[in-house]
Amino acid sequence: MNFLESVRVSLRALLANKLRSILTMLGIIIGVSAVIAMVGIANGATAQITSQIQGLGSNLLIVSPGQANSGGVRGGTGSANTLTMNDLPKIEAAGSAVKAVAPSAGRNAQVVYGAGNTSTTVTGTTSEYAVIRSVSMERGRFLTQADVDQYSRVAVVGPTVVQNLMGSADADIVGKIIKLNNVPFQVIGVTASQGSSGFQNNDDMIFVPITTAQARLIGNKYVRQFFIEASSADMMQTAQDEVTIALRQAHKIQAGQPDDFSIMNQAEVLQTMQGVTQTMTMLLGGIAAISLLVGGIGIMNIMLVSVTERTREIGIRKAIGAKGRDILMQFLIEAVILSVLGGGIGIIFGWSGSKLIGRMLNMTASISVFSVLMAFAFSAGIGIVFGVFPARKAAGMDPIDALRYE
Amino acid sequence: MIRLHGIKKIYATGEIEVAALRGVDLEVGAGEFVSIMGPSGSGKSTMMNILGCLDTPSEGEYMLDGVNVARATGNELAVIRNRKIGFVFQGFNLLPRTTALENVELPLLYAGVGGKERKERALEALKAVGLGERVHHKPKELSGGQQQRVAIARALVTKPAIILADEPTGNLDTHSSEDVMAIFQDLHASGNTILIVTHEPDIAEYTRRIVRFRDGEIVGDEQVANPRRALSQEREERGAVS
Repeated sequence: MNFLESVRVSLRALLANKLRSILTMLGIIIGVSAVIAMVGIANGATAQITSQIQGLGSNLLIVSPGQANSGGVRGGTGSANTLTMNDLPKIEAAGSAVKAVAPSAGRNAQVVYGAGNTSTTVTGTTSEYAVIRSVSMERGRFLTQADVDQYSRVAVVGPTVVQNLMGSADADIVGKIIKLNNVPFQVIGVTASQGSSGFQNNDDMIFVPITTAQARLIGNKYVRQFFIEASSADMMQTAQDEVTIALRQAHKIQAGQPDDFSIMNQAEVLQTMQGVTQTMTMLLGGIAAISLLVGGIGIMNIMLVSVTERTREIGIRKAIGAKGRDILMQFLIEAVILSVLGGGIGIIFGWSGSKLIGRMLNMTASISVFSVLMAFAFSAGIGIVFGVFPARKAAGMDPIDALRYE
Repeated sequence: MIRLHGIKKIYATGEIEVAALRGVDLEVGAGEFVSIMGPSGSGKSTMMNILGCLDTPSEGEYMLDGVNVARATGNELAVIRNRKIGFVFQGFNLLPRTTALENVELPLLYAGVGGKERKERALEALKAVGLGERVHHKPKELSGGQQQRVAIARALVTKPAIILADEPTGNLDTHSSEDVMAIFQDLHASGNTILIVTHEPDIAEYTRRIVRFRDGEIVGDEQVANPRRALSQEREERGAVS
């Protein structure tokens, strides 16, 4: 008997027991769709986190002040005031791996324009910020070095701020005077919308010269963060080392003493986050794989029952000339059809399921071809592995005993 | 067609050895219509299994259609069963949920006969047993007599060297029994070699030769002088002449 005939015989046997066939497939369907959905969502989460971190800028190092120590109580990272504008030239001169540096100091401020009134973060910085954080302008211009040097009262606003103040993001605000905590600033530009791709809404921001911010808004000379762009991705570690040495020197820290600042390396954070999401992917995939395994055992279980139930049929087939191989093929193909069909349906369910969950969680679930192929190959493999034992049992039956079986 | 020489079959159940057959010699020529009779425990079922190549003898020679099948392996036996033997069982043994036509096609399927020819030959066999109109019925939609006729068609379809029937009328009423025996008589008339195992003397009388078994040995072998002719209304409808 050729292969095609075997498939037809198996299909006929499966169709003769529709309900049982469907219930058997259910295990595989759930298993495969779980694997695909889980891995898809986890991959989507990885991609999202990666793009968020990369959205901060490229080859980015962030220097924050160290921890405050008061009476033995240690504050969190960034709680001390150890960075000032005096550090800026030191960092700029730290080494060849440092391409650009932008300080930032900010606070929340009440913004008023005419009847418009909103509260947002005002960030004091320099012209370099636009380069490092990839800020582009919709209208007007960004801050210049002259603005910083002259303590100019000029402000660059995000589109959300314009929206909140004037009711429309397209409203003409350039050249107008707004008040930040009652200090008048002239608006010189509006940034292009970046969306909220980072950990904050990049559009709900106001940038002013850091000198003006320190003198007029914050009232101290400290810097919250230095954003540093390394010359290339390979040079990030070098840049980090150079900045560390320069700052330790500037702050006169003795050898053996801890740094009074900390440096966040974007590449490291990315790596850590990817490690975390990878573990998550494997965890979810693993749990789903177990359900796939259980589905496979379900197939074996049903096939064994089916072999016993159809003992007489096997006897008849053997009596009229079926070889052991024919019977083996019939039951094996039945198991493979169940698992492959279940796998196929599972892929459809898993795919649509992860799209649905992705939409609900507002993220893109990425279904990789690899995970689909894996799930499919795995379910077909399950059919063979868990089908062989029952099929061998059927093929090995003695026709006389099988015919006598009631 | 069939030549048995010194056939012994010994079953070892634990320490006790039971001899089901103790040296059987038997020859059946082509075109014979033989019944094998004997009480239960006489070894006739064992004989049937060996004749049908479902089992091999412990000792002895079994020539079937010129081939020694006494020492064949499982797969070889399967091929022999498929090519040379047509089975008819007491309990019909049709596949449930499968149409008459598909049931009859089954031996051809295992013989590797292609779809179109398979269907034609199956239809032909079903016509030969008078079931040309009920080919798409499933076994449970057929009467016992009709089911047995499907089984006979299935046995016939491969044009086997012998047709073996094990108590073919055991589950049938007298009317259907006579129908079935009429078919066997017609098949015999058209040249088929037929062996029927039965314990009913009435049934044996329809055949041409009776071989009697007792305690694993042949104790009688006689020709039937005047075989009874099975009368069947169904046979008249088929318009068979014999």
